[in-house]
Parts: sequence; C-alpha cells; structure tokens
Amino acid sequence: MTDERHSEQDSGAAAQPARMERLTAVRPRLLSFARLHLRDNALAEDAVQEAMMTAIEKDASFAGRSGYETWVFGILKYKILDVMRYQKRLGRLQPLDDESDDDAIDRQFQHNGRWHQDARPASWGEPDRLFESERFWQVFDACMIALPDSAARVFSLRELMGLSTEEICRELEIRENNCWVILHRARLRLRACLEQGWLKEESP
Amino acid sequence: MMMCKGATRLMSLKQDRRLTFQERISLRLHLSMCGACRQCDRQFALLHRAGERFESRLSDASRDDASRQAGPERSE
Repeated sequence: MTDERHSEQDSGAAAQPARMERLTAVRPRLLSFARLHLRDNALAEDAVQEAMMTAIEKDASFAGRSGYETWVFGILKYKILDVMRYQKRLGRLQPLDDESDDDAIDRQFQHNGRWHQDARPASWGEPDRLFESERFWQVFDACMIALPDSAARVFSLRELMGLSTEEICRELEIRENNCWVILHRARLRLRACLEQGWLKEESP
Repeated sequence: MMMCKGATRLMSLKQDRRLTFQERISLRLHLSMCGACRQCDRQFALLHRAGERFESRLSDASRDDASRQAGPERSE
C-alpha cells in the first residue's frame, strides 16, 4: 500500500496510467452494477462510459481518501441517477404500482398469514461464505432481473445505491408508505427467488 | 397475535427505519416463537448488505488484475 502512495505523491502524472489500468479492470463490475439498476444494456453502457470519462477528467480531484474504485463507483451512482431522472422526464419509466403484484407474495403465505409449507424460509448458511460465492451473485442478478420493474427500481435505489426511503420518495415522487410497501414485496420476492435458485443447487 | 406475513412487514421496515417500541416488541415476540420468520429476518438483513458487498468486490477486481500483472503478490 505504501509504495503506491509514494508514487502518487512523487509524480501526479505517472499515477494516471496506473489508474487507467484500474479503471479498465473495474469496468465489468461497474457495468454489471449499472445493468442491474437500469435494466437496459445500452443505457448501462452509456452510464458507465460517462462515469469513466468523468473519472478521467477529474482525476486530479481524486483525493485518495477513499479507494479509487469506490470513488469511481460513487461517480457511477450519480450518473445512474441522472439517467433515471432523464428517463422519468421522458416518461419512459413505468409508473410505480404497489397494488397489482400481490400474487407472488400471496403464494408464500396461507390465508391465515402463516407461511405456506413449501415457502417456509430455510437457512442460507454463513453470510460470508454466501457473499464469496460467484454462483450466489449470479442467482442474485437473475432474481433482480425477474423482479417487476417498479420493485426492482425501488429495491435497487435502497439496497444497491444506498438511498434512504426519504430520498427515494423525493426521487420518484411517491409517499414513503408506498415505498415501504414496495420494498416489503421486493424483499419477499427476492428471498423466495434466491432460495429457489441457490439452495436447491446447494443441497441436492 | 401477529402472523408471519405481518411479521415480515416489520422485518422489512426494520431495514429502512427505526421501529417503534410497539413494533419492536411484537416483532421480537413473534420471532421468539417462529423459526421460519427468524430465517426470513436473517435473509432480509443479508439482502440489505447486498450493495455493500458489491462495493467491496469492486476493488477486488482491480487488485486481482494488478497482482496478476505485477506477478508476486503484494502484502496488505
């Protein structure tokens, strides 16, 4: 770690090619993040492209307080929000509906509000092991894509982009209560989907 | 008595805002009696950390790449 800091101090210009390499290396991960949120390849490519351009232009303003990748990731988050706002202005975002998609949740519960026998949540094992598994993230991505648009958008803003529900309300112009209802449903859907895709494979 | 479906509502809410005293008590009571809901509670907490993991994997990407190019591994 120290050798890296030295080189940045000694020659600001020399640091840039190294950062370009890091930028290239991190691009696939940025792209998969943007895709997960924007649910559109072309839009995701554009957002990542713009984030990378901004990172290069503003290279001098990278203070080195956070990791370089984290800094670029922060830029990407702003770009994604910009794209989302723009899509919204164009009327290309589907309106959020929180009433119509109850069925997937109803399938998990009986009429009396108890879990259906075959939907009862099971253990996913150690979180750390789970997070290290490439396969788990593949299933996670597939389950995100399977979510209805509005559920995916709110879940992503909350759990991937890290916005508060208050901020999400401002962004999407919905009531906070609405937001909580959508998040509840998104989480129930995701957990069921992950359990299907992940556990069934893990324990034959 | 709160049923599982209502309990999952509070488990979800818990990830987004602080529960009221009432809500905390009734959730804790339900969880103490329901193993399936305890699992669900863990799963929601795990989903809440999904983004954070995304972020930590970012720097792994270039570190892997850098160490592959640099040859011998740097010690952290």
